[in-house]
Amino acid sequence: MPISVETPTGAAETMVLNMGPQHPSTHGVLRVVLELNGEIVVSAKPHIGYLHTGIEKSCESKTYSQAITLTDRLDYLAPLSNNLCYCLAVERILNIEVPKRAQYIRVLLTELTRIASHLVWVGTHAIDLGAMTVFLYGFREREEIMRILEMVSGQRMMTSYFRIGGLALEPPPGWLERVARFLDSFPAHVAEYEDLLTQNRIWLARTKGIGYLSPEDAIALGVSGPTLRGSGVDYDVRKYFPYSSYEEFDFDVPVQKDGDCYARYLCRVAEIKESAKIVRQAISKIPAEGPIRTVAPGIIPPSREEMKTSIEGLIYHFKIYTEGFSPPRGEVYQAIESPRGELGFFVASDGSANPYRVKVRAPSFVNLQALPELVVGRLIADVVACIGTTDIVLGEVDR
Amino acid sequence: MDTQNLEKDSFIRKLREWDAAAVVEVLDFRGETTIVVARENLQRVAEFLVNDPGTRFAFLSDITAVDKFPIEPRFELNYHLLSLERRARLRLKVRLAGDDPVAPSMVPVWPAANWHEREAFDLMGIRFEGHPDLRRILMPDDWEGYPLRKDYPVEGYR
Repeated sequence: MPISVETPTGAAETMVLNMGPQHPSTHGVLRVVLELNGEIVVSAKPHIGYLHTGIEKSCESKTYSQAITLTDRLDYLAPLSNNLCYCLAVERILNIEVPKRAQYIRVLLTELTRIASHLVWVGTHAIDLGAMTVFLYGFREREEIMRILEMVSGQRMMTSYFRIGGLALEPPPGWLERVARFLDSFPAHVAEYEDLLTQNRIWLARTKGIGYLSPEDAIALGVSGPTLRGSGVDYDVRKYFPYSSYEEFDFDVPVQKDGDCYARYLCRVAEIKESAKIVRQAISKIPAEGPIRTVAPGIIPPSREEMKTSIEGLIYHFKIYTEGFSPPRGEVYQAIESPRGELGFFVASDGSANPYRVKVRAPSFVNLQALPELVVGRLIADVVACIGTTDIVLGEVDR
Repeated sequence: MDTQNLEKDSFIRKLREWDAAAVVEVLDFRGETTIVVARENLQRVAEFLVNDPGTRFAFLSDITAVDKFPIEPRFELNYHLLSLERRARLRLKVRLAGDDPVAPSMVPVWPAANWHEREAFDLMGIRFEGHPDLRRILMPDDWEGYPLRKDYPVEGYR
C-alpha cells in the first residue's frame, strides 16, 4: 500500500517531512508527519499502529491466568506494572484480598521497575539530545535491577511474576539483602546523572522552555504521569486512589510548575529518588514469612505442598490449570500509576472462564495525543526532545 | 479501597435534580458506579458533569467499547471519568443498537476523546458524529472489518 503524505493545512509554502516509522528518536515505530514552514513546525500528525498485535482480542480467547503473559508485552519497560494492574482488576471482580506480604513485595518490585523504566528514559532521552554518558551510567544500574528481577522471577523482562491472588513463587533467600545493597549505592549514582545533566548548559538549552504544556491542556487531553505533573497537576493514582497498600507508605509526589521538557525531566529524576524511598520502606515492612497467595479454593491454585498431599488440592490444581476459573458477571476499571502515568485495565466478565473484554487504557497512547500540542510552532530540532519527554512505549501505544 | 465512591450518591442526586430523565439506570459493582444514559442525552450529561462545581469530571480517562453480540442493544460505550477536585471516578454508559452504532462525539467536551473514539471506530466500528478526524488509528487504512467485534474471528478472515 502506498504511504500517503498529505499536506494537512494545504498551504503552498510548507513542506511535508515524514519522520519515522524508522527513526532512532521515536523509540520504536512511530511515524510523525510534520508540516514545516522553514524550520518551524506548522502541524504534526502522529501515525501509530505499526506494532499493533491485537493483545486485547487475544485476551478474550485466553483464560484469566493465561492473559497475564500478554500484559507483559504491552509496556515492555515496566512489565510488572502491567501485571499488577491486570491482576488487581481481576481480583476486584473476584472480590479477593491479597495477603499483606504479597502486597508489599508487589509494591517493592513495581517501584524497582519504575526506577528501571525512568533510567531507560533518562538515558535514551539524553542520547536523543546528544549526551551519551548518562545512557551508559543508567544502564549500569538498570542491569542490577534486571538481575534482581531475574533472581525473583527467573526472567529479566517478561516476568509475569504477579499472579491473580498473589505471586508466582516464593522469592529466593537473600533477595532482600541484594535489593538493600543496590539501594545503598543508588543515591550516589542518581547524583552522577544529575551532575551530568541538571546544570548542564547544553541540556538546559535543549529542554528549558521547550515543549510547553499548560495544566488546562494537559487535563483536557487526558495526559497523566510525570508528563502531567511537570505541568503542575499533582495527580498520582498512588495518592488519589491507593492500591496494594500504597497508603501505608510515606512518599512525596514531585510536581513542577513550568510545563516544559526540563520540568518533566526534574519530575522523573525526583520520582526515581521517591521510588527508592518506597523500596527502602518496603524492605523493612515485608515480613520474613507468610503466605504469598490468597486461599480461594477453585480460583487460586493451591500450594505445591498441598497439591501433592491432598486430593482436593490435586483436583483444584488440575481444574484451574486446564479450564481456569469463572468469576461472577461484572465489569471493573482498575487504574494504577505506571511509570508513564495512569495505566487502566477495564475487564468485563460474562461468567465464563475467559475474559469477555479486556481494554487497556495505555498512558503512552493518551500522552502521545498531546504531541502536536507540544511541537506546533517550535523548531523541528525540538521535536526529538518533545517525543522523548512524553516517554512513550510503542508496545503500549499500539497494543 | 473504594474511597472513590463516597460521593456517588451526591453525584447521582445532583444529576437527578438537574434532569430526572437523564439517568436511565444506576449500576453498582464492586464499589464502582455506572450511570447509564440515553444516547440523545449523552452530550448534555457530559457537559453537566464537567461544568457543575459539585462534580467537575474534567478528566476523561478512557472510552471502552464492548460488543455484546448477539444481545441487543449490541454495543456499549463506557466513558471512564475522573474528577481531580473531588477525587472520584464515575463510569458513563451508553447502549447502542447493532444496526445503528452511532454516538455523538465527545471531543468538544473532552479533547482527550479524540483518539479513544478513533480507536473505538477502528476496532469496533462505532461511528462518532461530529468527530473532527474519524479515521482508523491502529489498523491499516484499507483494512476491512472491525477486529474487536465478537463476530470477527480471532485468527482473522482467511
